[in-house]
Amino acid sequence: MYDVVIIGAGASGCATARELSRFSLSVCVIDKESDVCEGTSKANSAIVHAGFDCVPGTLKAKLNVRGSELMPGLSKQLDFAFKNNGALVLCFDKEQIPGLEELAERGRQNGVKDVRVISGDEARQLEPALTDEVEAALYAPTSGIVCPFEMTLAFAENAYENGVEFRLSTCVTCIDKTDAGYTVHTDKGDVETKTVVNAAGVYADKLHAMVSSEPMNIIPRRGEYMLLDREAGGLVSHTVFQQPTKMGKGILVTPTVHGNLLLGPTAEDIEDKENTATTRAGTAEVRAKAQLSVKGIPFGKVITGFTGLRAVGDTHDFIIGECADAKGFIDVAGIESPGLSSAPAIAEYVRDILAGIITLEEKPDFKAERKGITKMAALSDEDKNKMIALDPAYGQIVCRCESITEGEIKEAIDRPLGATTLDGVKRRTRAGMGRCQAGFCSPRTMALIAEKLGIGIGEVRKNGCYESEVEDNA
Amino acid sequence: MREFELAIIGGGPAGMAAAVAAREAGIEDIVIFERDTQLGGILNQCIHNGFGLHTFKEELTGPEYAERYIEQVLALGIPYELGTMVLGISKDKEISIISRTRGAETVKAKAIVLAMGCRERPRGALGIAGFRPQGVYTAGTAQKLVNCEGVIPGKEVVILGSGDIGLIMARRMTLEGAKVRAVVELMPYSSGLKRNIVQCLDDYGIPLMLSHTVVDIKGKQKLEGVVVAAVDEKNNPIEGTEEYFPCDTLLLSCGLIPENELSKSAGVELSPLTNGPSVDESLETNIEGVYACGNVLHVHDLVDFVSEEAVRAGKNAAEYIKGKPAAPGTPVNVKPANGVRYTVPSKLYIESVEESVHIRFRVTGVFKGSAIVVKSAGRELFRKRGRIFVPSEMQDIIIKKQALEGITDDITVEIEEGSV
Repeated sequence: MYDVVIIGAGASGCATARELSRFSLSVCVIDKESDVCEGTSKANSAIVHAGFDCVPGTLKAKLNVRGSELMPGLSKQLDFAFKNNGALVLCFDKEQIPGLEELAERGRQNGVKDVRVISGDEARQLEPALTDEVEAALYAPTSGIVCPFEMTLAFAENAYENGVEFRLSTCVTCIDKTDAGYTVHTDKGDVETKTVVNAAGVYADKLHAMVSSEPMNIIPRRGEYMLLDREAGGLVSHTVFQQPTKMGKGILVTPTVHGNLLLGPTAEDIEDKENTATTRAGTAEVRAKAQLSVKGIPFGKVITGFTGLRAVGDTHDFIIGECADAKGFIDVAGIESPGLSSAPAIAEYVRDILAGIITLEEKPDFKAERKGITKMAALSDEDKNKMIALDPAYGQIVCRCESITEGEIKEAIDRPLGATTLDGVKRRTRAGMGRCQAGFCSPRTMALIAEKLGIGIGEVRKNGCYESEVEDNA
Repeated sequence: MREFELAIIGGGPAGMAAAVAAREAGIEDIVIFERDTQLGGILNQCIHNGFGLHTFKEELTGPEYAERYIEQVLALGIPYELGTMVLGISKDKEISIISRTRGAETVKAKAIVLAMGCRERPRGALGIAGFRPQGVYTAGTAQKLVNCEGVIPGKEVVILGSGDIGLIMARRMTLEGAKVRAVVELMPYSSGLKRNIVQCLDDYGIPLMLSHTVVDIKGKQKLEGVVVAAVDEKNNPIEGTEEYFPCDTLLLSCGLIPENELSKSAGVELSPLTNGPSVDESLETNIEGVYACGNVLHVHDLVDFVSEEAVRAGKNAAEYIKGKPAAPGTPVNVKPANGVRYTVPSKLYIESVEESVHIRFRVTGVFKGSAIVVKSAGRELFRKRGRIFVPSEMQDIIIKKQALEGITDDITVEIEEGSV
């Protein structure tokens, strides 16, 4: 019997798991995918929003601002990449400037620091690549960028180290109410728990409906992106938004923490919760709209395109709380933007809800720190040589585009909750994330995974669950 | 800090030929840095035949062709360091390297030959819509898996792009028991050599669909199929022509990109036309003592031309080391004109040309019964007629020194259409 079962190993689920791992609780995270961070958390803008565009008084506003405050400290404690690069929200029409002022005022009400409206020329001084059409901009210096994979993995790994169990490649099929709490039925057997945290992203409504008769509808809102070579990453230093609409924050142009340039997302409500395909129309829209903000985008340097699904609830706010008709079942639903930014605050919020249901007693041996995978490229020659002396694999470059060594890939595979797929290695180390998109390194990475898993190179998967795991269920 | 007279970045066909030529020109202190665990570069995975017809007058496989040069490197005792990745080159020719055996280190060289080769254009850069499942590989990656790792990526294959590696892999996958459903090419002509179309597609009854492209990739985790459509003259898909091909493997052979991130770190100027360094007739870049050859300079169709070019780079680097003064005068630009995509070199120091100069380029389309014409200020310096010029074949013309005398204006290379 677990105290808490968290369904969904995305940013919200893993942040919550990490927060709960401070206490003497038995916690289990269940996810249908073979890795953490496989849904919405892996395909988004990777922005830590300042929090100016949330409607004051909403959960989004409160949790965004709190999450963004927590982020710099967490990035050090848990060793994930975060950068406070500031953001600009562009306005192309003088008549829309009052809208920017309104946004700035909202920001102030939400407690966002130093947010102000600047002229088009001031904006171009901050960001010379902005187009001449920019009339004014909202400047939000507290906005930041983060590596969403690293962040989610950091939460998960730290939670794991503090005793949280992870059941991956495990799909919840139904949930029954019991006297003690819930039986969570999965394709790998039943799990008994006192409470459930439903952090299932675009599937949160399906999970919710397993226990509650209150209506909930989560719409997958498709967002397409283009990622450019690191050579293009210096085009802008701030995150450049356009004035928001009811469909979201519009098409942004931003550097990533690793120095790439990211463009997107589109916003299109769809029905299929698995449809992460890119489209010709979406790519064309990203191209056209990004160019309104920034000139000279080198589209020849696009290295990949991807699509994420935002989990949009029907309340225009995050839906976080215990179900009225299902005690001990806590929804963490509708976590669209600013969900990534809010993740650490969502975790605290869920903790406080759980504190009213079960006893939270702090563990004396909680380890708050987590050390990430070695980043050889960032080390001095002297430090590189120390690593190579420990293990010569740190002297063997496997991914030439990102200068990732065999030692780093082995770490990614060997560590707790280690990578079992090419995409898993890529998200942990950046091997295969560069300009050749794994063309050169994948055979070697496949060999390293195969060796670890004791399978043939040809059986190594790019993504998804291994069939042997499915057979285990039978 | 270790210092070398000549450092060669890359131990493939270009790097080895440059090293051999430099040693034969009297340079003792040479090092080849090779990232792989053996010399030979990409030739090691090219186990098909057809290499060496120009150089050795016989048909060799890739590894055999590489072996000929490895033997020379060994016979001449040229030092090489394997498993050694060059991470950066500074403007004053300091080279940072990393390897299992020597660790991270910075070395210095008097002259450098860039011979890093090229990479394949990945799916993301092509902007193909659809999912990103397992089963989509560049043709070269698949070639490595099949020929070096003994892994067959799939059983039912569609190939996008008719570059030579794609064509070779169509045959290779067929020989390994896979069904290659089609080779799909965006352009109205193939970007591969005629002989490869005949020997790799026609002989196996594999259809080549010209003016077609892949417009959608199906299958979220594992590839299930691709949608192919015809394209109009602007390369936009034509609605209503879509055809679904079930497949578990999509191979991409859609162009090669010279790999010049290191060159850029050294401050080497690149040509936007080739993505390789801008060089003069000696294959020297804008950085004194830094030379480039092979696929890092421009993408070749035949390795024989790589070797020949690398010999010139090696010899010229040797001359530089031995103290040959910098080329006198100001260079004359060599520019592509009608029907010509780029030229290598892109500038000429006329006085430095010894007996003759090679100009290499590719044409922009298929030209039948036309002529290659080289001019400067209205004066015709060179003319060569041809039955057909195609983009898949690199053109190599040699202009005699006397034809260049007195030239001070830009030189243009163009195709004079229908002039035969």
